[in-house]
Amino acid sequence: MDLKHDPMGETMTFLRNSVFALAAFAATPTLADLTLYSGRGETLVAPIIERFTAETGINVAVRYGGTAELTILLQEEGDRTPADLFWAQDVTALGMIKPMFAEMPSETLEKVESVYRDADGRWIGISGRSRLVIYSPERLEEADLPTTMAELTDERFRGRMALAPTNGSFVAHVAALREATSDEFALEWLQGLAANEPVMVSNNTAGYQAIADGEADLMLTNNYYLGRFLAADADFPVAQTTFEAGDLGNLMMVAGIGVMEGSANKEEAVAFVNFLLGQTAQQYFTGNVYEFPVTGEGIVPVQGRGLTFQEATEAAPEFDLNLIVDMEGTLELIRESGLI
Amino acid sequence: MLFSALGLGIGALMLLPIYYLLLRAFQADLPTVWALLTRPRTGQLLINTFLLTACVLAFCTVIALPLAWLVSRTDLPGRRVINVLAVLPLAVPGYVMAYALIGLSGNYGFLNQVFGVTIPRMQGLWGASLALSLYCFPYLYLNLRAAFAGLDQGLEESARALGCGPKEVFARVTLPHLLPALMAGWLVIGLYVIGDFGAVALMRYEAFSFVIYQQYTAAFDRLYASWLALILIAIALSVVWWESRLREGASYARTGSGSGTGSKRLELGWGGRLAGWSFSGVVVLVSLGLPVAVLSFWMTRSAIGPVLHPLFNSFMQSLSVAVPSALMAALMALPVAVLAVRYPSRLSTLINRLAFVGYAIPALAFALAFVFFSLQGARWLYQTHLLLITVYALSFLALAIGPIRSAFYQTRPSIEESARALGHGPLSVFWRVTLPSIRPGVVAGMVLVFVIAMKELPIAFLLAPTGFRPLSITMFSRTSEGMLVEAAPYAAAIMAFSAIFVGFVLRHDKKAG
Repeated sequence: MDLKHDPMGETMTFLRNSVFALAAFAATPTLADLTLYSGRGETLVAPIIERFTAETGINVAVRYGGTAELTILLQEEGDRTPADLFWAQDVTALGMIKPMFAEMPSETLEKVESVYRDADGRWIGISGRSRLVIYSPERLEEADLPTTMAELTDERFRGRMALAPTNGSFVAHVAALREATSDEFALEWLQGLAANEPVMVSNNTAGYQAIADGEADLMLTNNYYLGRFLAADADFPVAQTTFEAGDLGNLMMVAGIGVMEGSANKEEAVAFVNFLLGQTAQQYFTGNVYEFPVTGEGIVPVQGRGLTFQEATEAAPEFDLNLIVDMEGTLELIRESGLI
Repeated sequence: MLFSALGLGIGALMLLPIYYLLLRAFQADLPTVWALLTRPRTGQLLINTFLLTACVLAFCTVIALPLAWLVSRTDLPGRRVINVLAVLPLAVPGYVMAYALIGLSGNYGFLNQVFGVTIPRMQGLWGASLALSLYCFPYLYLNLRAAFAGLDQGLEESARALGCGPKEVFARVTLPHLLPALMAGWLVIGLYVIGDFGAVALMRYEAFSFVIYQQYTAAFDRLYASWLALILIAIALSVVWWESRLREGASYARTGSGSGTGSKRLELGWGGRLAGWSFSGVVVLVSLGLPVAVLSFWMTRSAIGPVLHPLFNSFMQSLSVAVPSALMAALMALPVAVLAVRYPSRLSTLINRLAFVGYAIPALAFALAFVFFSLQGARWLYQTHLLLITVYALSFLALAIGPIRSAFYQTRPSIEESARALGHGPLSVFWRVTLPSIRPGVVAGMVLVFVIAMKELPIAFLLAPTGFRPLSITMFSRTSEGMLVEAAPYAAAIMAFSAIFVGFVLRHDKKAG
């Protein structure tokens, strides 16, 4: 065999060299002071975490992942978790991990209204996101828009509504509906939706896309995606509207954070939470992430990228997010309705 | 003995996740489990999964069989290029393929925005089957190509000399010899389809795997999800069992003296060439052209400059996991394949079936099992590179085994025996005789593992070192927030770098040359 042209040998040499080069490259972990499990996407939160490090000198190592995956991971890890903090997309995930969180100092808790944080002070809302209706302004007259969440089961929306029945925010919203009304009412509402033959989509983004594509005309969803779509394309053919003021359909939910009970760096962890609740971070969530501030004064809203937080807060119902707990029961109800 | 010990070690590692799932499953409340399992919908979803698998296997065969034949057995000009292009769709992330098909249609779709044409949305069983087939068919292609390459044409010639027509030769000689490769390919594709939920959900088709995902992610539940995962594993393992039943007792190696006839290629006329090119062209256009077009369309909407640096870092991190995973999987697959082919016994059969467990278990459950065990027994290993690579190798072992085992079937024990008789030790024989002859299989197996490790998500979420940012996670961080345009450069990078690797590895592939 001509050794100079031995393909197997060349392949092996290439692989061996790459492994050594890569091992040297990848095995240089930064010395971190805090370990954060983030269910929030890197593009959205990395800039503000960098800002925190720049201001305080505290390094943060971040594990990015889906909120649900990280919630299950934390449950599996239990008190052996290396995490100091868990930043989640929604309150249901925070509720699941609540037993593993440490109580936060009252000066931190007091920055946020009590409905947007855990009643026992173990997690706290960082940014608000509103449930609302998105629709196609070309195919749906303003007079035909639903005025209450209950009205979504109306005959006139048959086959026109997009729905992501296993989306975390939707399940949490149904859990809230159970609390605000009753299991019977919630089930009836879900059955009404099912009878209306919704266009099933896999998540909120797919719902926005379905309306833009003309497959559906409206959807009950979260507000902040519209800002992102409009930022990428100013002519994106989807608009937002709220239900009548105080309707549960306009529920304000939060993405929030908790400090792990087992953390050896609680002081730095709380400093991180305080930073997120400060003016800089709150303005960032409002201006760049298209979410709503949960604290602070003089936060400048974004114009022309969907609902502003003044509009959202005026429309939002009085509802304590602490009541959203029973996910398994809610999922069971959604199953019973035949939606999943 | 050595092989048995290695095989047993791998088999034992595969039993860990099953033990973990059983542990969790028996923490659940049994009446609730019963209610969950006996819903009529559970049955319907199982049927849906079955239909989907059947359709995908049929589509993949229709695409891969002619391609592999064209590249291996004809003189079609450009076959080296086709050989590489036929493997590249593996590198397309599932969601990109799904979005590419979906993005074609609709008012806001690619076709309408660029050409002003609106076509109906692809969805449901056909949409999901098409999306999955378009990036799964290379599994079958690689297996088939290796089989065509290793097939002794003397057999076909003898059959022809004995009076068989071309069709009869194909049905009675060629096809039976391709069967191990077909089944190995079908098996990994089938198992992938049974477990996938990403592209399937985007196509609005509901399959059984989605219920498991739902249980984990919408209810944050690990107990009932374990039951569902165990059902999925039971289905998958029964498929593996049937496959190995059919494969057992097969003998495909040459037994006569002398070496096999070198590949004599069928000379295609102009008509044949045109047909070959058209077929390959359509396959490449749809499976690669479409996702590339959609990614390019997204990429024209955002600036590339600022992401180049993080992109490069992410790429290096992806590589630092994918390359060692591919090597480790191949190293693990060798003893398992040797056992299956050279030392058939009940034990080797068992080990070969167990080797598929990692691939059949839903990735999230597989990762959770290793979270559990490393925290219990090997804290120092938790969320390290080493653990991630090991879990990847175990999870994708099945992909490496297929081509390596097929290659072994076509090597002759008698040559190894001669080498032994000439005074070479077992390791020397393995290195100097066996390994060179199974090289295409080993390379194919490594490519498969490398490419899938580049785009894997759930295992990386749970087991990657904290702060680790491979391309797949950076891509997910964007798609999960609905930022498809921002995700495009990362998706493109996964495809491009996988393509470079595949191209490099197949560069010396004489079988297509």
